[in-house]
Amino acid sequence: MRWSTQINNSKVPTVATWEPVLENQLPPPNEVPADLVDKLERLALVDFPNQEGLACLKKSIRFADQLHVVNTEGVEPMDSVLEDRALYLSGDAVADGDCADRLLQLSKQTVEEYFVAPPGNIPLSTRDRAMLKCSASKLEDTSIKTV
Amino acid sequence: MLSLSIREVSLALREGRISPVELCQKCLKRIKKTHHLNAYITVTEKLALKQAEEAEIRLRKGVSKGPLDGIPFSVKDNFCTENIKTTCASKMLKNYIPPYSATVVEKLFDQGAVLMGKTNMDEFAMGAGSTDSAFGPVRNPWSYQAPYREQSEADPDNDWVITGGSSGGSAAAVASLTSFFSLGSDTGGSTRNPGALCGVVALKPTYGVVSRHGLIPLVNSMDVPGIITRRVHDAATVLGVLQGHDVKDSTTTTNNQSTLTDLPEELDLKNISVGIPKEYHAPGLSQETLAQWTRVANMFEEAGAKVEQVSLPHTQHSIVCYHVLCHAEVASNMARFDGLEYGHRSEVASSTEAMYATSRHEGFNDVVRGRILSGNYFLLKQNYDHYFVKAQQVRRLIAEDFQRVFSSGVDLLLTPTTLSDAMRYTDFIQEDNRTRSAQEDIFTQPVNMAGLPAVSVPTALSSRGLPIGLQLIGPAFQDRKLLALAQWIEQRVGFAPIRYLGVTGEGAAGVDFRDREHISVV
Repeated sequence: MRWSTQINNSKVPTVATWEPVLENQLPPPNEVPADLVDKLERLALVDFPNQEGLACLKKSIRFADQLHVVNTEGVEPMDSVLEDRALYLSGDAVADGDCADRLLQLSKQTVEEYFVAPPGNIPLSTRDRAMLKCSASKLEDTSIKTV
Repeated sequence: MLSLSIREVSLALREGRISPVELCQKCLKRIKKTHHLNAYITVTEKLALKQAEEAEIRLRKGVSKGPLDGIPFSVKDNFCTENIKTTCASKMLKNYIPPYSATVVEKLFDQGAVLMGKTNMDEFAMGAGSTDSAFGPVRNPWSYQAPYREQSEADPDNDWVITGGSSGGSAAAVASLTSFFSLGSDTGGSTRNPGALCGVVALKPTYGVVSRHGLIPLVNSMDVPGIITRRVHDAATVLGVLQGHDVKDSTTTTNNQSTLTDLPEELDLKNISVGIPKEYHAPGLSQETLAQWTRVANMFEEAGAKVEQVSLPHTQHSIVCYHVLCHAEVASNMARFDGLEYGHRSEVASSTEAMYATSRHEGFNDVVRGRILSGNYFLLKQNYDHYFVKAQQVRRLIAEDFQRVFSSGVDLLLTPTTLSDAMRYTDFIQEDNRTRSAQEDIFTQPVNMAGLPAVSVPTALSSRGLPIGLQLIGPAFQDRKLLALAQWIEQRVGFAPIRYLGVTGEGAAGVDFRDREHISVV
């Protein structure tokens, strides 16, 4: 069944009601200098795949800048929609456990009851990150399997 | 039999007119027939048959576990399922086999429901098209139905439309009759968006009503499990089973939600007040979606409901606010994937840090990495107040808009679910994931900001032969009232879901695109 687009209801607006946010309402765009890129890659433990990745971040920041057209003076930040009630807390007692074997099985590398990591506390070097950018992901293709 | 509602098929099962094993086999066969949709990542054939046999024994003895006993369903691949691969459609979890099941999955197993498989999605639920999966995009089943094909000259392999996302596999599974219901997740619209584009009912319950334990988190303060069905009544049935406090999820409330699973068949709308938020006419709203919005508003008015225009003034800022909060929580949530305890681990072993970084580089797609980087930017000490706290303040303004409207006597809000019907895949991928998410989630994410219940109901096919859905939004914890009103709409709009014609119906339908789907629209 097809419906005519020619029906009206005075309560449903016939044209878009949004106010366009203009570039001159926004703060000047933030630069993302090389040392900040470095810092983000280190903190996030992921790399920018390429220049496009950086452009993408800049767009994301610019999009977020539109928040600043909203007046939020004196508004309390909201981090949970359940802020108006006391949430359930479980007793301070072990309720689960005895599953070390099952959890260790999920790890690629373990020794006895330990997860094994390579040597630690070595900040990611520029070389490591350069290497990342070159190594195209060579994981095998995935396909539908039946369990 | 596959196009029946849960209520109908459940009755047929209990009365012995249909056997659970036969039903399960039919669904499995249909999954194979609709393989090209790419709706499933894993098909749990053996388990399904085992569960169906168990249901059969119970039902033969006349000891049904309830309305879902023997009913085939599917689960989005971001809910943990014990001993069944749970991938989040990511290389990171490609081989991950969880040691436990999500509470919602457990509840469904306890009710005797039969798991057909795990459904495809955008990687880690980040997207609005189900096009960004490590297992390839999901195709909308309506792409292969007569109303769409009759207008397309192109090859069905090239000309098909997206399902929407991120729970596109779940919506496609329910629409194409391989599952009677499916679990999705909804953080910014991920259940309702594909629900609207695939012509199925998609419920996002109130935050805190359904347990999130075992749902791999995206944005903890907004994530909820979603329910996808072909009929509104079925969504109420599934909600009845899933809802309730869970000691494993401290954000589930101990509120006494009504346990009634039946919705009233007759509804008097004389005392109902329907709000039309004027800000939900956003730039880009299609004329046909607008017409549906108007049509249903008129229906309410003619039935005696009070229909009034209301204002939710911060709506247009919501998508920006969502963008910041989502990326920030993603940056934090994705920190758990380091290759050490589970998930993909790279071969690099020069240092722990290098191992972490390469594992994450190899395991995540560009979208996920992009959001992690941008989230980390918003959370930097020098940006924290400027972006993250600012977004949390805007969030409160959005939540207060809803509160104000509902406390002024409005019972529910009627809005479009998406700007338009489904886009062609080739058109959709012309823009990046961020742009698409910002367009696609425009009417759905404000509800997640405020934790409210919302449901998308299909109302008609567009001139392209694709479904259009409308969204109803209600006050917190009024999920059931919302569904009652959604059912009222469903009973009147005359939307016809995809039907299964079976062997005898094939000739009658006279349309059989590449011998793929023996179904048609009646």
